[in-house]
Amino acid sequence: MTVLADRPEVFDDDAAHEHVHAPSGFLKWVTSTDHKVIGKNYTVTAVIFFLLAGAMAMLIRAQLANPDSTFLSQHTYNEMFTMHGSLMIYLFVGPVAFGGLANYIVPLQIGAPDMAFPRLNALSYWLYLGGGTLMMMGFFTTGSAADFGWVAYAPLSNSINTPGAGPDLWIVALVLTGFSAIFTGVNLVSTIYYLRAPGMTMFRMPIFTWNMLVTGILILIAFPVFTSALVLLWCDRHLGAHIFEVQGGGMPVLWQDLFWFFGHPEVYILALPFFGIVTDVIAVFSRKPIFGYRGMVFATISIAALSTSVWAHHMFTTGVVLLPFFSLMSYLIAVPTGIKFFNWIGTMWRGSVKFDTPMLFCIGFLGTFLVGGVTGILLASPPIDFATHDTYFVVAHFHSVVMALVMGAFAGFFYWYPKMTGRMLRESLGKATFWLMFIGTNVTFDPQYLLGLKGMPRRIAEYAASDGYTLLNRISSVGAAIIFVSVALFVVNLIVSWWVPVPAGDNPWDAATLEWATSSPPPHHNFLKLPPIRSRRPVWDKNHPNDRIIEHAKPKLGGMFATPGGAVLLEDVGLDGGPEAER
Amino acid sequence: MGIPGVARPRGIARFVLLGGLALVLGGCTLPTFGGFRGATTQGQTEFKLWSWMTIAGVVVAVFVWGLILWAVLAYRRRDPDKMPKQFQSNGPVEILYTVIPLIIVGFIFFYTVVAENKVDAISPNPAVRITVTGFQWGWRFSYRNASGKQVALVETAQPRPPLLAASPLSSEYPRFELPLGETTQISLLSNDVVHTFYVPAFNFGRQALPGVDNKFDFTPVQTGVFVGHCATYCGLYHSEMLFSVAVVTPGAFRSWLKAQSASGAAA
Repeated sequence: MTVLADRPEVFDDDAAHEHVHAPSGFLKWVTSTDHKVIGKNYTVTAVIFFLLAGAMAMLIRAQLANPDSTFLSQHTYNEMFTMHGSLMIYLFVGPVAFGGLANYIVPLQIGAPDMAFPRLNALSYWLYLGGGTLMMMGFFTTGSAADFGWVAYAPLSNSINTPGAGPDLWIVALVLTGFSAIFTGVNLVSTIYYLRAPGMTMFRMPIFTWNMLVTGILILIAFPVFTSALVLLWCDRHLGAHIFEVQGGGMPVLWQDLFWFFGHPEVYILALPFFGIVTDVIAVFSRKPIFGYRGMVFATISIAALSTSVWAHHMFTTGVVLLPFFSLMSYLIAVPTGIKFFNWIGTMWRGSVKFDTPMLFCIGFLGTFLVGGVTGILLASPPIDFATHDTYFVVAHFHSVVMALVMGAFAGFFYWYPKMTGRMLRESLGKATFWLMFIGTNVTFDPQYLLGLKGMPRRIAEYAASDGYTLLNRISSVGAAIIFVSVALFVVNLIVSWWVPVPAGDNPWDAATLEWATSSPPPHHNFLKLPPIRSRRPVWDKNHPNDRIIEHAKPKLGGMFATPGGAVLLEDVGLDGGPEAER
Repeated sequence: MGIPGVARPRGIARFVLLGGLALVLGGCTLPTFGGFRGATTQGQTEFKLWSWMTIAGVVVAVFVWGLILWAVLAYRRRDPDKMPKQFQSNGPVEILYTVIPLIIVGFIFFYTVVAENKVDAISPNPAVRITVTGFQWGWRFSYRNASGKQVALVETAQPRPPLLAASPLSSEYPRFELPLGETTQISLLSNDVVHTFYVPAFNFGRQALPGVDNKFDFTPVQTGVFVGHCATYCGLYHSEMLFSVAVVTPGAFRSWLKAQSASGAAA
């Protein structure tokens, strides 16, 4: 069933250093196949796209702060919201998780020396960078960048309605990043299946790694559909294929089906990594094991499974989808998501909760994601969706979700930055970043729920003073400025840690999982020596030999999920009395 | 193993639930939470569902926020040397918080389907038939008789407007009329790209999809003039694709329709 890596656990120090004749400096960054270098490249690139997309958001909010606004032309405004959404969704939230943090952390969490296919990994990054750059090049074409919304609904996205090179660059860019994501998915799944260290059974993997496995599988389900659909769209634009046009027998609504068949799993491709980060971080800063670990794993798998059968809840107002089916499936996602919430609460319950910056971001994630979740349930009801679809209510809903994920990303940055760089970020600046982001998120997006309920449609470049949208829009724009300041403080934090380093040590958070067993930053091929892996918390077992898991009941599923050897149960038994042999 | 402290947040939830119920039953009208009460029977059906589901959502959210806050505050690290008990599961509690959400989902799904069937119901004999066509960037409202012949027409005069930033009620945008208390059936088409015919006060929007004839009914219960937008992004002048709908008494509606026909609009 599974194959465990057969490799030496103890590197000879001299032998390990022989590997490190690789180039340094700029050449290292462009030629490396080391997952840590590629992970950093990905993270930095994604954060740059995040800052660009954030700047576009500021322009959008500046435009909407006044009625009858002429700050931007309609055309520029349409480019801005298209590129803001495209950069955030396709080039930041996803890649920073599966290409950046997961690339760096997953091999460390399972005790692997690298990803399964290092060169494929490098190809993923270069496709991603190339695709992202191509998309931005749209601004330098004579027409404009893409301006058909990040969803590119057909037939608005055909060559008659949106001619020019900018939209073509957008399509080609997403084909490239689509392949990049698929290759990363292949790499993640292969790495997690095949490169786990001895003792790292599936049910001992950290939840972040579990979630990345499921994310990888979801990528393999969703991205090929989207990438193919983009090729079809390109054929429509240049070869007269008429796949998405009524003239010639095509079907415009087919684009919506294909897009959202990718689009909704994509939501969970974006979300699951951050669910994983939050799970691991909450456990560390509560000094407890993850509550309901198995429930968490099965909840993740059910969310992924359900996410492939809910896409048409984005299409309730088309009038051509089976409403009750997609409504029920969407509601059902609330159940595993609810399980996750209660598991997070259960992990903190009777723990010892410390409010360092990563934990604050996790708490912010919980509070904000709950708003997005509850409003998501409302939108999963077709009649309510009829009343609010494509209004600011929907905009507010998914920004609550995505800002929660951004907080999850910041939790991950603050939590793993010491591991990646060997330096700490400043706590005071970090806490200021958190509070400003949390307050800014609510000030920006809570008024947008009310705007949507008053009937303000999304993607409009201007509104009249008599519409009554002015005050709420101004509040929202002030909130966006607060988020801007919080992100600026994060950049300051990075600069400060660069100029005046505070050494981190191997395990500054007293964390429990394997990435904290190696040095910060880790050596080439990650581990000179692995601790014995006899539970879900190998580093904790080593550092806190007297604080072991209290079992509530005898394991009933023991044996069902045995390792290839058949000897090790998945429950954390075998810890007592097991020889603490150094391996 | 029991978990102390559970009782208090549950108490809070009960308080919130009862308080909310008292508010609702005492006030006799459902809270709007910022939404429209609905100027059609279909819109009113949506509103009741919206209001009840939002109440349920707020109760759940307050309960979960309460648990989060309690866990964060009550179990904050006071003594850095004291290690908490390392428990990691509780079977009955985990089953409970799986089963209860399933039951809640069952309820809201049932009421959703009931409401949805009412909102989506189409009358076999509507009093008025209008074929609405969305185009870049305007609307065409064509009144039809039972055999499908056009009897009156209202449409956007200037499809490529400058930035007007005017209210949808202003005369630059088309206004069509509906009779109070009678059922109007709308057949929604698009000539070019995807639009959405959206009347916020009716709590209703539907896509105008090229190649699809979308039908739905409005039965207005309140006279007045209501704003309408295109809600799905449809290109350069999307934000100018506005209209309004006036609900008038049946008598006033018939004379308006006659005047429209007489003015030669019925080509």
